[in-house]
Amino acid sequence: MDIIVENLTKKFGTQRAVDNVSFIVKTGEVLGFLGPNGAGKTTTMRAITTFLTPNEGTIKIGNLSIYDHPDEIKKHIGYLPENNPLYQDMPVIDYLKFTAELYGIEKSKIKSKILEMVNLCGLEGEKHKKIGELSKGYQQRVGLAQALIHDPEVLIFDEPTAGLDPNQIVEIRKLIKKIGKEKTVILSSHILAEVEATCDRIMIINKGKIVADGTSEELRKHAQGKEILKITIEDGDVNEIFKALQKIDSIEVVDFIDKNLNSFEIQSKPEMSSKKAIFKMCVEKAWTLTELTPFETKLEDIFRELTMN
Amino acid sequence: MKQIWIISKRELQSFFNSLMAYIMLVAFLGFSGFFTWLFGSDVFFVKQASLQSFFGIAYWTLFFFIPALTMRLFAEENRSGTIELLVTKPVNDWQLVLGKFLSTLLLIIIALVLTLPYYITVANLGPVDHGAVWSGYLGLILMSAAYISIGIFTSSISNNQIVGYMLALFIGIFFQIIFGLLAGNLSGLFGSILDYLSLSTHFESISRGVIDTKDLIYFLSIIFIGLVLTEGNLAKKRI
Repeated sequence: MDIIVENLTKKFGTQRAVDNVSFIVKTGEVLGFLGPNGAGKTTTMRAITTFLTPNEGTIKIGNLSIYDHPDEIKKHIGYLPENNPLYQDMPVIDYLKFTAELYGIEKSKIKSKILEMVNLCGLEGEKHKKIGELSKGYQQRVGLAQALIHDPEVLIFDEPTAGLDPNQIVEIRKLIKKIGKEKTVILSSHILAEVEATCDRIMIINKGKIVADGTSEELRKHAQGKEILKITIEDGDVNEIFKALQKIDSIEVVDFIDKNLNSFEIQSKPEMSSKKAIFKMCVEKAWTLTELTPFETKLEDIFRELTMN
Repeated sequence: MKQIWIISKRELQSFFNSLMAYIMLVAFLGFSGFFTWLFGSDVFFVKQASLQSFFGIAYWTLFFFIPALTMRLFAEENRSGTIELLVTKPVNDWQLVLGKFLSTLLLIIIALVLTLPYYITVANLGPVDHGAVWSGYLGLILMSAAYISIGIFTSSISNNQIVGYMLALFIGIFFQIIFGLLAGNLSGLFGSILDYLSLSTHFESISRGVIDTKDLIYFLSIIFIGLVLTEGNLAKKRI
């Protein structure tokens, strides 16, 4: 089921938490929602799950509008809210049973479904404990289990790996990737590496507006534009090398990083690469090229560039 | 209907898991038993085979206990954020409100069922007006339902359970006694309006064995208004 968001606006008082946002998430796609605190990620997710009613705009899941068929839509969504609110005084098994019943799973299948979730989320040893007695990581697993129990076609995860240890994070990411192949998934996170590792597509949102949308490579290319290289050439005179580098056509700017080590920073002209030319030059002049490192723009830099100001 | 029952079942479970139900049952049976059989104008003092003294006591104990049961219902969900998970499940606001209402009413009914031995005992002591006893129980159930609906409404106002409790008592005390007292001092149209608003007037006539549609309409409208306002509060939070 596709998620179609059109001109979504949500105001809290006079503040526009989400401002005229439109996007489509297709089946089999994992969309990562990035943004600084208060950017409108949670508000957008809450609108999709019908928890908040938008001021303007429409949201459709499959062919169902959130205004006309809220109850039908809720059946197709698995939702893990921010901070993972659960009934602390309820045992894990009872809670999962309650959820399964609410989703209208057949009585005869409830037991096997619960067992399946317990295995999938690694809750075997904790299933009879009260939720309040579990550590945060295990509570997060219960949150995931309740979101997945009815095998929903759409999954909305608000910071799914918060509070988990590194091993659990890897497991959950794997799980999300696996689920994401057949389902429509939106997840938000403030961990950029996580979004990069799990999502097919990244959307950066700032002050209620979408500021970037694409795969991580696309975002990189867009932000980077010019190739930047760090090179070190041994043997040979610094000034001589400097002059020789400036003569290469594709190079726009040559800059010293460290004169004593003969290392330079090189910026190529737009859409051009100077790696080959530098190598050839070194061969011709019999210099030894000991380092040639492309500067990769990190997602962090893109994120900061887009969301600062 | 199924969703309502699932919600009720969970709430009832939670009453029993948190000991709230046991405390309420023990305290209710203790108070009502003590004043029905042992102290004050008890059955032996009145020397009549009737449960009037029990209904009088239950009328007041339930008035104080019900807000303690209802104060948690929405305030706790709002405070801990579990309301978000609940309303994004396939239940609508009405099913939620009715489920919670029903769970508390069922607990009260359980408490009342446990007082049936009083009825059996009294029936063995002398000739009992059976009709009056049953309509007395009906009166208690209707009155409980009215206060539960007020209590659920006040619980849905804030995140704070104590606010819910106090507010429910504050609103309740008007119906319980203040309207009646004022009506006694006033005459004319205003006096009769207040007299109609007073819950004790309607409760007394029912517990004497007179079931009038006027009284039923009165209780049902309080229940209805309370639940509608609660539903409104839930819907308001999402706009």
